[in-house]
Amino acid sequence: MHEYLLSLLIWLPIAAGVVVLLLGERNIVAGRWLSLIATLVTLALCVPLWRDFNTHTAAYQFVQKAAWIPRLHAYYALGVDGISMPLIVLTALMTVPVVIAAWDVIKVRPAQYYASFLIMEGLMIGVFSATDALLFYFFWEAMLIPMFLIIGIWGGPRRVYATIKFFLYTFLGSVFMLAALIYMYLKCGSYSISAFQALPLTLTEQRWIFAAFLIAFAVKIPMWPVHTWLPDAHVEAPTGGSVILAAIMLKMGGYGFLRFALPIVPDACRQLYFLIVVLSLIAVVYIGFVALVQQDMKKLIAYSSIAHMGFVTLGIFLVYAILTSTGTTHGAGMGMDGAMVQMVSHGLVSGALFLCVGVLYDRMHTRQISDYGGVVNTMPVFAGFMVLFALANTGLPGTSGFVGEFLVILASFKANFWYTALAALTLILAACYTLWLVKRVVFGPVGNDRVAKLTDLNGREFLILGTLAAVVLLVGIWPAPLLKVMGPSIQHLVHQATATKIPA
Amino acid sequence: MNPQLLLAIPLAPLIAAAIAGLAGRYIGRIGAHTLTIAGVALAFGLSVYMQWLIYSGHAPAYDGPVYTWLVSGGVRMQVGFLVDRLTTLMMCVVTFVSLCVHVYTIGYMRDDPGYTRFFSYIALFTFGMLMLVMANNFMQLFFGWEAVGVVSYLLIGFWYKRPSAIFANLKAFIVNRVGDFGFVIGIAALFSFTHSLSYKAAFAAAPHLAHLTLPVFGGVSALTLICVCLFIGAMGKSAQVPLHVWLPDSMEGPTPISALIHAATMVTAGVYMVARMSPLFEYSSAALSFVLVIGATNALFMGILGVVNNDIKRVVAYSTLSQLGYMVAALGVSDYAGGIFHLMTHACFKALLFLAAGSVIMAMHHEQDMRKMGGLGKYMPITAITCWIGGLSLVAFPFFSGYYSKDAIIEAVGLSQRWGSTYAYWCLLLGAFVTALYTFRLLFMTFHGEERFRRVHAAHDAHGGHDAHGGHDAHGGHDEHAGHGGGIEPRENSLVVTLPLIALAIPSVLLGYFTVGKVLYGNYFGKAIFVLPQHNVLALMARDYHGPFALGLHGFLTVPFALVLAGLFTAWLFVLKRPEWADAAAVKFAWLKRILDQKYYFDWFNERVLARLARGVGLGLWKVGDQGLIDGALVNGTANSVGGFGGVLRRVQSGYLYSYAFWMMIGLAALLGWFLLHA
Repeated sequence: MHEYLLSLLIWLPIAAGVVVLLLGERNIVAGRWLSLIATLVTLALCVPLWRDFNTHTAAYQFVQKAAWIPRLHAYYALGVDGISMPLIVLTALMTVPVVIAAWDVIKVRPAQYYASFLIMEGLMIGVFSATDALLFYFFWEAMLIPMFLIIGIWGGPRRVYATIKFFLYTFLGSVFMLAALIYMYLKCGSYSISAFQALPLTLTEQRWIFAAFLIAFAVKIPMWPVHTWLPDAHVEAPTGGSVILAAIMLKMGGYGFLRFALPIVPDACRQLYFLIVVLSLIAVVYIGFVALVQQDMKKLIAYSSIAHMGFVTLGIFLVYAILTSTGTTHGAGMGMDGAMVQMVSHGLVSGALFLCVGVLYDRMHTRQISDYGGVVNTMPVFAGFMVLFALANTGLPGTSGFVGEFLVILASFKANFWYTALAALTLILAACYTLWLVKRVVFGPVGNDRVAKLTDLNGREFLILGTLAAVVLLVGIWPAPLLKVMGPSIQHLVHQATATKIPA
Repeated sequence: MNPQLLLAIPLAPLIAAAIAGLAGRYIGRIGAHTLTIAGVALAFGLSVYMQWLIYSGHAPAYDGPVYTWLVSGGVRMQVGFLVDRLTTLMMCVVTFVSLCVHVYTIGYMRDDPGYTRFFSYIALFTFGMLMLVMANNFMQLFFGWEAVGVVSYLLIGFWYKRPSAIFANLKAFIVNRVGDFGFVIGIAALFSFTHSLSYKAAFAAAPHLAHLTLPVFGGVSALTLICVCLFIGAMGKSAQVPLHVWLPDSMEGPTPISALIHAATMVTAGVYMVARMSPLFEYSSAALSFVLVIGATNALFMGILGVVNNDIKRVVAYSTLSQLGYMVAALGVSDYAGGIFHLMTHACFKALLFLAAGSVIMAMHHEQDMRKMGGLGKYMPITAITCWIGGLSLVAFPFFSGYYSKDAIIEAVGLSQRWGSTYAYWCLLLGAFVTALYTFRLLFMTFHGEERFRRVHAAHDAHGGHDAHGGHDAHGGHDEHAGHGGGIEPRENSLVVTLPLIALAIPSVLLGYFTVGKVLYGNYFGKAIFVLPQHNVLALMARDYHGPFALGLHGFLTVPFALVLAGLFTAWLFVLKRPEWADAAAVKFAWLKRILDQKYYFDWFNERVLARLARGVGLGLWKVGDQGLIDGALVNGTANSVGGFGGVLRRVQSGYLYSYAFWMMIGLAALLGWFLLHA
């Protein structure tokens, strides 16, 4: 069974999506329940994935390999290590609330809506489990299509501008990555990512490949200054789209750096790390200020996402900064651990925040902060959740939001005092923009008649927010299991990332 | 020492808080307060037991893990407890005051619809504070640090309908975060040298770190940087200038939490932290001088603000700022034991003063302006007497608890040779006069003199904008205004209110007398606090110590006592004898009054300059950076300038979405096809 577990995780939701599509809008009740069951089964399949995962090795596990395109030496090769496995679990976890949140909210073509998310879930799990670069690229690109439809069909008034921008950005980014992959294929005759990682490359080659990767992944994360598609996409996307976009899709960029950039072009990374560090710190500080002045709740959370993802890229590239300043990689693993935990945590917290905004939007049909005020008076239970997730977003100890940022900040001091000082500014900035949002939306006297008529969470909403709250607290209070899963792979990656690949 | 028993101390209030918070509507009001009081009482009982175990020598100090939080980069971060004499003393203080406040709350929040929520919060606070105090590592310290900060945030904004309350709680959180910014850098710096977050490792490395120079700010000692950064955290939490601005505003919260969080416990966390870190601070005289100057400045200048304020709670709040300054100044001259001793006595008498103020506020139907009080002494004798006890302790009247702790600090600072100690000594000495002035002013204005509440009530109803009123709007249906039209008689409050007052009044009188010999001069803390021999001013003072009675008598002959009498006289003159002189002085020294009314313009600067600047920067970066340069010039500009793209874009935009998806599919297929053909 283990051999097929990953395939099952990929194709089960996709197959369910196709069935839902075939059932059509007339059988939407069946389609809806099928979607829920499929996402729950997918999540249940993560239990053996987590339980039987060997935490003592960095090697790929649950490996499956079959011929795919023999002429290209491309294989249908799957496998997970400590870096991809938590992200797969995150994907499976975050798709369930999306389906539940849509339950009787999506009125327009609901079957297609569910099908898009199911298919996207499978494709995203495919991205994280592919160990063949061409297969990876296939999932990477294919995944865009459902997201594109989700924003384009169920999105807001400016959805067309947002979709085009989203599409152009991400597609242009990936084209460069494809070129780099083809180049390496031509050199080594295989699409195996492991073969790429073992392939000796000159510094010049590495720099070009690094540039290609950087464009692809920086757009996805997104890093400053290629981030402007994200706020637009979030604002126009329906709730589910925002949740998946923030929780999973942004993580693909971080995953790309960890899986491709660092092990394949380590020398170029080492040479150009400073660029990434600077861009990351700009993301934390600059975007923090921009988030402060947003008038639209979703835009604010979108900007907050960019700032939080700055910690991911900073944590990943700290290994080179530490190596440069201390001459050893001692303590570098902590930065990467922090980056990984930050990705998982951001997935949970930003997903939950977008769900919170969705709860409000479903009732009031506005995302403008000024249209709210005093929501706590009419929705006290909702307010409790919103405050909790907001505090998690500010990196409160005891919530998942703290763990990653804390590890990155701790690790950064070895590299440079100023990295620490600038990164730690997030403590102030995140508190300012997030809690100011809470103050204006949640607290205060009842803002207007529409707020006065709000009804508190229904059982369905309570269930999803309550579950996410429990996970956010669990990861914050006891992150050890997550770190344990990642441990050997991160250690191995630190080793790969600092070994030179320049042919002698 | 039994680790399970230790674990029960923070968990009891946590579990009570969780049940009261999540199931409040099922267990009801009585269930909520019974449960949380039981939880905190259990924690208090166990704390006393631990104190006895440690003090009597039945058990050695405990330093052990509870569970592994995470392992990263070869570093194991554990949640664990360090329980020694310093810890148990703090645990007793925290749980005792918390217990008193819990009982008092039954009366104070009687009519509040948020009753169960309130009990949940204060029990949760007790948990956070205990985690902070009992930590044996910086991660957990920071956890407790932030946990109490969050509960403080929630409680300041407890009456969330009041705009002033939700402004104050946001401000408190953000200002505390500014402190935490320094705190986290300090922790990261320490971690980078010790590869561990445990106190033990940090203390062991301190002498070595003192000789290490960091290449920032033109080369500073690593230890000085660490200590100053940690202290910046303490400045936020313990409200030291310039991060003090949140504490007066925090009075927007219900009075019980002003007593518990913003007087007795949370705000003293910074003092506790520095004392706990004494093995680090001892090796950095520069950092200690910084601590000393900040503390002394706070002690004098924040006290002065108490003299001009008319809100009874805010006067006590400024007094807290000032007293925290005394504690911090004590730390600054390596008199850690003195700082903690004052923390302990202050926790009792300041909690008492706040609860007494709350009792007055209840009797006055949520009126906080002292100008509308007066002559209340004969209506509420228990409150008046206990408040006087608290006041006398605060002004350091000989034989009262506050005398033993506060005068010792002034003396220690006077004896110290540390850079800045002369300035600090004068600040603290003048502070003694200022303390007496505002304290007696408060007592006179509230409990003595003309019954001004009778004459203002007629005008009172028209004046609905007073901020105290937003609060009891949140109290629900019952009408607090009843009787405002005239003829109300202030009454003493019920037993749940007066009992905690009495319970706190006893230690406010006696605690100092019975513990000064041990805690201050008897080397009570042992290894828990580390002082280099050449810094040990307390040892000099101990030579002249001949028992608490002699010390108390000696108190009548000292300069600070003369200053207290001067303060008493001034207050009497300006409040009771010649109130018109106060008004005349306010006119004559209008410029000074303006500065004081503006609280030295800190709030003005923060709100008008810093906050505006931050929003301006944000707006600028967004409009000019994101929308102008990146989107305008680069993204859309590129798109438009590429030949005919604009036209394409328009055509695509008018089309159907399915066609986009279709074209994407086509593109993907074409790419894959190209591969297949060319492979």
